Amino acid sequence: MSRLHGPEERSGVSRRNFLKGMSAGALAAGAVASPARSKAAPPAQEKGAKLLGPDPVPVTLQVNGKERRLPLEPRVTLLDALRNHLDLTGAKKVCDRATCGSCTVLLDGRAVYSCTVLAIEAQGRRIETVEGLAESQGGLARIQRCFVENDAQQCGFCTPGFVMACESFRRSHQNATREQVLDGLGGNLCRCGTYHGVTQAVLDAMGGGQ
Amino acid sequence: MKPARIDLAWPDPKDCSILGTRVARLDGPDKSAGRAKYTYDANRPRMLWAKFATCPWGHAKVRSVDVSAVEKMPGVVTVDVIAGPGSELNVAYQEVAIVTAESEELAREAARRVKVEYDVLELYVADHDVEMAGNRAREGREAKNGDPDAALASAAVVSETEIGCSILTHCCLEPHGSVVEVTEKDGRKSVTAWCSTQAISGVAGEFAGNAGVDAGDVHAICHHMGGGFGSKFGIDSWGAWAARLAARTGRPVKVMLERDMELALAGSRPSAYGRIRVGTNDDGEIVAFDAHAWGSGGTGGGAGVNRLPYIFGGIPNTRSKVTQIATNTGGARAWRAPNHPQMCLLTMAALSDAAAELGMDEIEFFRRNLKFTDRARVYEEELRIAGELIDWKGKWKGRGEAKRGPLRRGLGLAMHTWGGGGHDSNVQCTLQPDGGVELRCGTQDLGVGARTVIGVVAAETFGLPIERITVRIGENVFPASGGSGGSTTVGGISSATRHASVQAVNQLFEAVAGELGAAPGDLAAKSGTVHVAADPSRSMPFADACRRLGTQPQVTMGRTQGSLMSSQVGGVQAAEVEVDVETGIVRVMKLVAVQDCGRIVDLLTAESQVRGALIMGVCSALYEERVMDPVTGTLLNPDLEFYKLAGIADVGELVVHMMQTPEHLGRGVIGLGEPPVIAPMAAISNAVANAVGARVKRCPMTPDRVLAALEA
Repeated sequence: MSRLHGPEERSGVSRRNFLKGMSAGALAAGAVASPARSKAAPPAQEKGAKLLGPDPVPVTLQVNGKERRLPLEPRVTLLDALRNHLDLTGAKKVCDRATCGSCTVLLDGRAVYSCTVLAIEAQGRRIETVEGLAESQGGLARIQRCFVENDAQQCGFCTPGFVMACESFRRSHQNATREQVLDGLGGNLCRCGTYHGVTQAVLDAMGGGQ
Repeated sequence: MKPARIDLAWPDPKDCSILGTRVARLDGPDKSAGRAKYTYDANRPRMLWAKFATCPWGHAKVRSVDVSAVEKMPGVVTVDVIAGPGSELNVAYQEVAIVTAESEELAREAARRVKVEYDVLELYVADHDVEMAGNRAREGREAKNGDPDAALASAAVVSETEIGCSILTHCCLEPHGSVVEVTEKDGRKSVTAWCSTQAISGVAGEFAGNAGVDAGDVHAICHHMGGGFGSKFGIDSWGAWAARLAARTGRPVKVMLERDMELALAGSRPSAYGRIRVGTNDDGEIVAFDAHAWGSGGTGGGAGVNRLPYIFGGIPNTRSKVTQIATNTGGARAWRAPNHPQMCLLTMAALSDAAAELGMDEIEFFRRNLKFTDRARVYEEELRIAGELIDWKGKWKGRGEAKRGPLRRGLGLAMHTWGGGGHDSNVQCTLQPDGGVELRCGTQDLGVGARTVIGVVAAETFGLPIERITVRIGENVFPASGGSGGSTTVGGISSATRHASVQAVNQLFEAVAGELGAAPGDLAAKSGTVHVAADPSRSMPFADACRRLGTQPQVTMGRTQGSLMSSQVGGVQAAEVEVDVETGIVRVMKLVAVQDCGRIVDLLTAESQVRGALIMGVCSALYEERVMDPVTGTLLNPDLEFYKLAGIADVGELVVHMMQTPEHLGRGVIGLGEPPVIAPMAAISNAVANAVGARVKRCPMTPDRVLAALEA
């Protein structure tokens, strides 16, 4: 299936690396989950590594050009930080495990699944959400206008994620073919069936400047 | 009421400036910008998150529930046991307990720490095997027409088909759920409830009963929803718990299902399998159709099939028997065009196999037997167009005669029908003295463009650009409108909007006729003006006309109008596929949908809905199915990694042809929610059979099933 070519190729955050990261995260989460264990000796760790949590820690996120400081438990994902703590609800929670792309945001300009990035990992990096994309270009960004014109949305729940994936693709491809578009957007899923409009929207958006 | 000055009837298509054209959906900018707020997005001050502890077995009795550890967790606010000791649960993922906590993470963790012991009971989930089902199978009554046995015995050719399709889920991207807030002012409690529902006008009573308030004190909101597909009507136990817990804690409560529970419990399409014999004479005319079908929608049986054959009900000698199989699976709900895709698959596959057995071109075989349908003339035209659009003549080869080599191409056809009609809808139209026009309706937009439909009809009637129309929907405080099911929404809301708007325009004409020196009946509203129809130079801007109404807004109410809508539509779909006979992988190259739906309101969103339906059909044909574990009875693919949907590169070229002849546009409005999603699975199944020379017996046609068919 086209999902074999997921956003990991463009994001730099591969599922495999994420899973590797999870094994460390899972140890930390285990300590959080069990008060009894959290009193015991911390799990084996590399010398000098700092163990965060389980209580909230101060976190600073650069979201849409603004610095946002907030206390977050280390287990909070970037998606949940955006949605539940900053009320930026454009990115959606659908699969919650890096399959569907509805939570796509840009991290340092590259598309990532924000449901599988921890908020603490996103510190010091430039986070762009669908809300910021619209604001930064005074109303709707070009890709968003192309979505509207091509009716690339029905229920709209996958749309913000698709918009961000398309924006990332558009920025990194000057003159992509239809096949490249289909390949590049394999990391997002839609249930209503808007793929035809999405494909056309990306092609139109690449058709000229901002 | 004053006599109408402009007719209620839909205007002639050639006089329309916006009705029936391609209009971008009104909420498109909000959706693309991430501003559209869904139920899942409702964040309230001091809100609690609720999560369920669920049963991991397909059938079990609860022995004990221990929530002591959960109650001690800091940040956990409530713990309720739903299924206490002795409770029998007969479907995996059923609710055992619900917890609320200060954060989503904590609520999830708390739900996981509810300790439950079960006694596992006898369970059965194999819905596909009627022989294995034993006492889980309940044979239905046989429906018979003519003498199928004699007709089959004397038929020139008899074909046999085994075909079926698995249980699917609705898989709404926004899961089911509600956010409920109970507030108290001057001793009176009221509820605000955000609910992802296909029936916002109908949920107040349910929330009221669970929160202990009057239904009139419930404000239910669904401005946007992330899909429904037939699965989101009531508030469900999830909404009920949100209401109860919000009332008890005095804090807003959010209950949105996790993906696994959504896939296991919150909506599924029953399976249907069958063995069918078709008898034909030498002319390729069907003389007999004998079907035994079975399947399951859950614990009550509920196979996804009624009487067969589908559409070709006029076949002279038929037998149809359905066996219900009770399985420990959950959540059967209306799934777009309930039972039609399954019945379409069973019938069209059998007809396609009959054509192949005869050695006859499939399109010709269908054409010869159209006389057994109710709408032969329309289908004939749609068959012709579908054939042209997929280049049937140029590409057709007999079954299994595709060019040799690992990649085999094939063509397939299927046809469908649906009723439609319109539900009971009320629409309020307000004309403001400054020229503002607002339409209010207690309907909801599942993603198909309900908001835009109201805007288009009003814009056409007032002769205004759609940007000047304000449409407010998705709240129960607006005039009541029926639930969105059965493709009845567009008929209801478009006709009620027309009714309200026509009255408003006629009242406006009364107010300004004298000033324009004409009778009200001689006026027209077009291009943002009110003018004398015969002399457009005698005109005034629309806003000026509204000022003549005085200082008070003018309000008119519209209701569903039977004369503005119709029912019964049909369509023909054709598929071209390429099958890799070494790997069993099927690729859809092209899908053609020819669809009639009466008067079209917005061509753009209508085409989108048909394309979307084709894509959903690709999912059913090739990818998605619920996989149950026969040992534990649980769902083995409770996530989107393994509950597979088609991706953007998997759907091939999609060609949509909407029937827009004067005959079709002269009918009333008919919805498109169901019709186009019925036939694609069958058309793709037939195309695969044509390509590889063997029937793949079950959809989705996964590579293993394709290879099994090739080896059989």
